[in-house]
Amino acid sequence: MTFGLVFEQLLNGVQFGVMLFLMAAGLTLVFGIMNLVNLAHGSLYMVGAYLAVAATAWTGNFALGAALGLAGALLVGMVVEVVALRTLYERDHLDQVLATFGLILFFNELVAIVWGRAALYTSLPAWLQGHVELFTGSRYPVYRGLVIVVGLLVAVALWYVVTRTRIGMLVRAGASNRTMVAALGVNIRLLYTVVFGFGAALAGLAGLMAGPIYAVQPGMGELILIQVFVVIVIGGIGSIRGALVGALVVGIVDTLGRAFLKPLLGSVISPPAAEAAGPALASMLIYLLMAVVLAVRPEGLFSSRGS
Amino acid sequence: MLSVERLETAYGVSQVLFGVSFAVESGQVVTLLGRNGMGKTTTVLSVMGVVRARSGTIAFEGKPLHGLPSFRVAQAGLGLVPEGRQIFPNLTVHENLIATAANRSGAVMPWTLDRVFDLFPDLAARRHNYGNQLSGGEQQMLAIGRALMTNPKLLILDEATEGLAPMIRTDIYRCLERLKSEGLSILVIDKDVKALARIADRHYVLEKGRVVWNGSSADLTANQDVQHRYLGV
Repeated sequence: MTFGLVFEQLLNGVQFGVMLFLMAAGLTLVFGIMNLVNLAHGSLYMVGAYLAVAATAWTGNFALGAALGLAGALLVGMVVEVVALRTLYERDHLDQVLATFGLILFFNELVAIVWGRAALYTSLPAWLQGHVELFTGSRYPVYRGLVIVVGLLVAVALWYVVTRTRIGMLVRAGASNRTMVAALGVNIRLLYTVVFGFGAALAGLAGLMAGPIYAVQPGMGELILIQVFVVIVIGGIGSIRGALVGALVVGIVDTLGRAFLKPLLGSVISPPAAEAAGPALASMLIYLLMAVVLAVRPEGLFSSRGS
Repeated sequence: MLSVERLETAYGVSQVLFGVSFAVESGQVVTLLGRNGMGKTTTVLSVMGVVRARSGTIAFEGKPLHGLPSFRVAQAGLGLVPEGRQIFPNLTVHENLIATAANRSGAVMPWTLDRVFDLFPDLAARRHNYGNQLSGGEQQMLAIGRALMTNPKLLILDEATEGLAPMIRTDIYRCLERLKSEGLSILVIDKDVKALARIADRHYVLEKGRVVWNGSSADLTANQDVQHRYLGV
């Protein structure tokens, strides 16, 4: 276990973390402000991935395809909000879970009808292939590095919008008292549609960046959604800062656990036992972490609900 | 300017308002009086569109308001200072004031942060504090400032001085007098009949969801019976 290997896995953890963050930011805002449990958030991730693949094939340009995929996810998100979710804000969480679960089935089938059930694999353009040398003996894929940079840039931009702009103030005000925001002359429904659309675009961004790393297939959103829920529970529902910290922690713990738990255990217990226990424990790590956070701080690390 | 006629509002099956009618003329200060649970807050919430009235008409500057969502009512020029103040706890004083600020009516001398801080000097010092770090009096000043920043033509205060220390109450009333002298129309709910009689032009007394008496400040001051029977003074 060299330092270079640990560092590389640490970067992989950060890369997975920023993708989780892009998903969690939208989900936590929608949950925190509109009080909506949106299981279909993973579908928007999938839609972003598929639209980007299709647009890249159509235009022959990766960057243009990504931009179109992003715009498409924004549009799909806003349509879903207006058509399906608006009526659910006042309903209880069970109704919301049922309805958005229905949306998952709808989107998975729709994608299967249009693009088939087989996984799509995308290739990166030449300028994104290859590696950069971080220091002697340690190389890291350019594309994964780009994912990290984009994710962190989005985090900074989101922080700016939420804390420094009028729309961010209204979003925070709406999270604490939406009736009052409306009574002061703000069209909160329109604000919700816009916020939901941007949440969808961020999920789409995560999906389209995931495409070249993992496979693009129906149901890909649900695989990551569970981990995203873990992130927002750890970070505190409604908190962007919590989503960032939670996502990085979950991403790093999960990645390092999968890479190093087995060899670490192997040095303590017998190798066959470590062989069995290592992967099992590694896949449990983030849930154990969530349980500990819930026991110590039930409202999450950064609660946004002011009293 | 505001004319409310035969307003009826119910929460589910329990009816609260049974045909409330009143009017606010431009530049006037008008009060809604009555003991707790008589329908004053429901009247305000119905006018603002927060609660949907079952029947009746609400007109503001000749245009109908009933049935409109509350953001449209507010955009028409009604500024609400709600019961319990309801400032945004997770926003700073500065943010509370500017988040919903607007000048939709194109006021020539629009409200600015400087004007609000001039009206409430105490708020200026607290400008970077969060809403939940303020005292009750500061919260009320902030709620008034927040409503003023939307440049309303009619300011509505529900329980203007409830739960505030006597000195703060005096400040709030002084502020209302100043706003009146600047030509703002005000609809106010409060328990302090003496202070209200000094600054208001007209009073409406509510009893069990109906207006049972209305008159000028002189009428109210002279009428011990109304004060005793409906207001418990």
